[in-house]
Amino acid sequence: MQAISVICMNLKSVPGRLAATLVAVIGIAGVVMVLVATLAMSQGFKAALNVAGAADVAVIVRGGSSGELASTLLSAEAKVIEDAPGIARDASGPLVSPEAYVLVDLPMRGSGTAANVPFRGVGPRAMALRSHFKLVSGRLFRPGLDEVIVGRGAASQFRGIQVGQPVRFGAKQWDVVGVFEDQGSVTESEVWTDVHVLQASYRRGSSLQSVRAQLLAPQATERLMQALMTDPRVNVTVATEKAFYSEQSRALVTLVTTLGSAIAFIMGIGAVFGAVNTMYAAVAARTREIATLRALGFGGGAVLASVLVEAALIGIAGGVLGGLLAYVGFDGYRASTLNFQTFSQLTFAFRVTPAVLGTGIVYAVALGLVGGLWPGYRAAHMSVTAGLRSL
Amino acid sequence: MTPALVEVRGLRKEYRRGTEVVPVLDGLDLDIASGDYLALMGPSGSGKSTLLNLLGGLDQPTAGSIRVAGVAIEGLSSNELASWRARHVGFIFQMYNLLPVLTARQNVELPLLLTRASQAERQRRAEAALSLVGLADRANHKPGELSGGQEQRVGIARAIVTDPDLLLCDEPTGDLDRKSGDQILDLFDALNREAGKTIIMVTHDPRAAARARRILYLDKGALVREER
Repeated sequence: MQAISVICMNLKSVPGRLAATLVAVIGIAGVVMVLVATLAMSQGFKAALNVAGAADVAVIVRGGSSGELASTLLSAEAKVIEDAPGIARDASGPLVSPEAYVLVDLPMRGSGTAANVPFRGVGPRAMALRSHFKLVSGRLFRPGLDEVIVGRGAASQFRGIQVGQPVRFGAKQWDVVGVFEDQGSVTESEVWTDVHVLQASYRRGSSLQSVRAQLLAPQATERLMQALMTDPRVNVTVATEKAFYSEQSRALVTLVTTLGSAIAFIMGIGAVFGAVNTMYAAVAARTREIATLRALGFGGGAVLASVLVEAALIGIAGGVLGGLLAYVGFDGYRASTLNFQTFSQLTFAFRVTPAVLGTGIVYAVALGLVGGLWPGYRAAHMSVTAGLRSL
Repeated sequence: MTPALVEVRGLRKEYRRGTEVVPVLDGLDLDIASGDYLALMGPSGSGKSTLLNLLGGLDQPTAGSIRVAGVAIEGLSSNELASWRARHVGFIFQMYNLLPVLTARQNVELPLLLTRASQAERQRRAEAALSLVGLADRANHKPGELSGGQEQRVGIARAIVTDPDLLLCDEPTGDLDRKSGDQILDLFDALNREAGKTIIMVTHDPRAAARARRILYLDKGALVREER
């Protein structure tokens, strides 16, 4: 009862020290905004890779390859893969897409600097293997022609790849004929053409970088893996798309999350000092009030609780404000970065999810409480007689 | 003979200023009967406010004992003292020390928040105390909307609302004009004579001290004279 009373009295006095309170709120909001933006970026990566990564699609690359870029499969190997057990089939045959993969230079929209963009040659079943694939403008490329379609992410991040415009990379000029989306997945960072056109254009003969295969069920991975790993005609590594992309981006996601958390932690230390300062000012402004309450018989615990509740509320206000600013400023914002595991640009959209916002607010409350702890302790243990003499 | 409400024996209080020890009270003995009205006078630094703070359990003595209504308060912990103060002592301060964000009634209700009284009971008792000091019509006013004399009367209502054994007043008229000061002293007279409250008042004002039944003079931490 006494704690609630002191808390209410304390909160009623906040308008009298609004400026200092707002400074602390804004300080914490800044930290939370950075934290939420960083986590939203990390979420964006994960989402881009999770959407692309189906559990019932296998990616087959050369044995021991860390990614598609370092992989080479011969067309004979692709034939063996097509006939392997566990792969779904329909009236047109096995649901597989032999794919060639190179990196091309395209200027980034913002800086104009050249960036490595994945250029993928795909088989006619490639679209069926990406369940979220959707053409959003133009049309599909025609097999055998120097035509490309570009992912929505690539179209927004790189110059010169608009529908209807020619673009030059490699030794050729290409016609951009369509834009596709894939629910924000990593695939949207790519440019696609017919696999045979790409092989010819880059003098790759009939070699491929990977084969994608629709599995009968996620459980069929083991069967396919077993069959291919023991087949002396091929030397391949089999993984589900989900596992493949997860491995491809693990270092980048870890780096971003670690760096972001470290930055938020360092900024958090600054924000804690701000909160400490504010709570000290709050306690100083109320020294005589607190001493009077103590003289009347209110316990130190009630005083400590009142300071901590105010600090926590400052944290919540800062957290909500920071989260809101991050949401308005970053949610859906498209960006790209170099995935140094694949040496290619990865486009993604920041995702300020409820979980990310929740993390930001919890962090803000923690900052407020840490900031309020020492001033609150001091207030609860200050000399009553000295407090009563203060002006 | 009326039994002593307050018994002080060999009371010593020293403060430390760096390595220097500053004695403030030096082996003081004092008895205060229930229903007494005592004024403590003396020059600045004589130890009167320190004595008042020790009697009210706001500070701990360096040595000696203080018994109030049979309770040896020098042995109580900080939280025990807070609880004891809430039940037995009413404080009246020179600067009133009202909480500016609360109305007069809410200020008076404050000590009752530490009791088991219901909200209705708290409100009834706060209004009764305000009526007693003549401020029933100012119950919903905040301290900033009251005169100094009115604020001090709210302070008195707050001090008496729990019906404590002891009223401790630190320069209660020190910040008031003569007329308001006289009204406050009239209230103390009434509380002492009609309600039987034991009052200990620190004052520099001889006119205020003259209202008390006893005047004790302190100098350099010792009782040097008593007038009745």
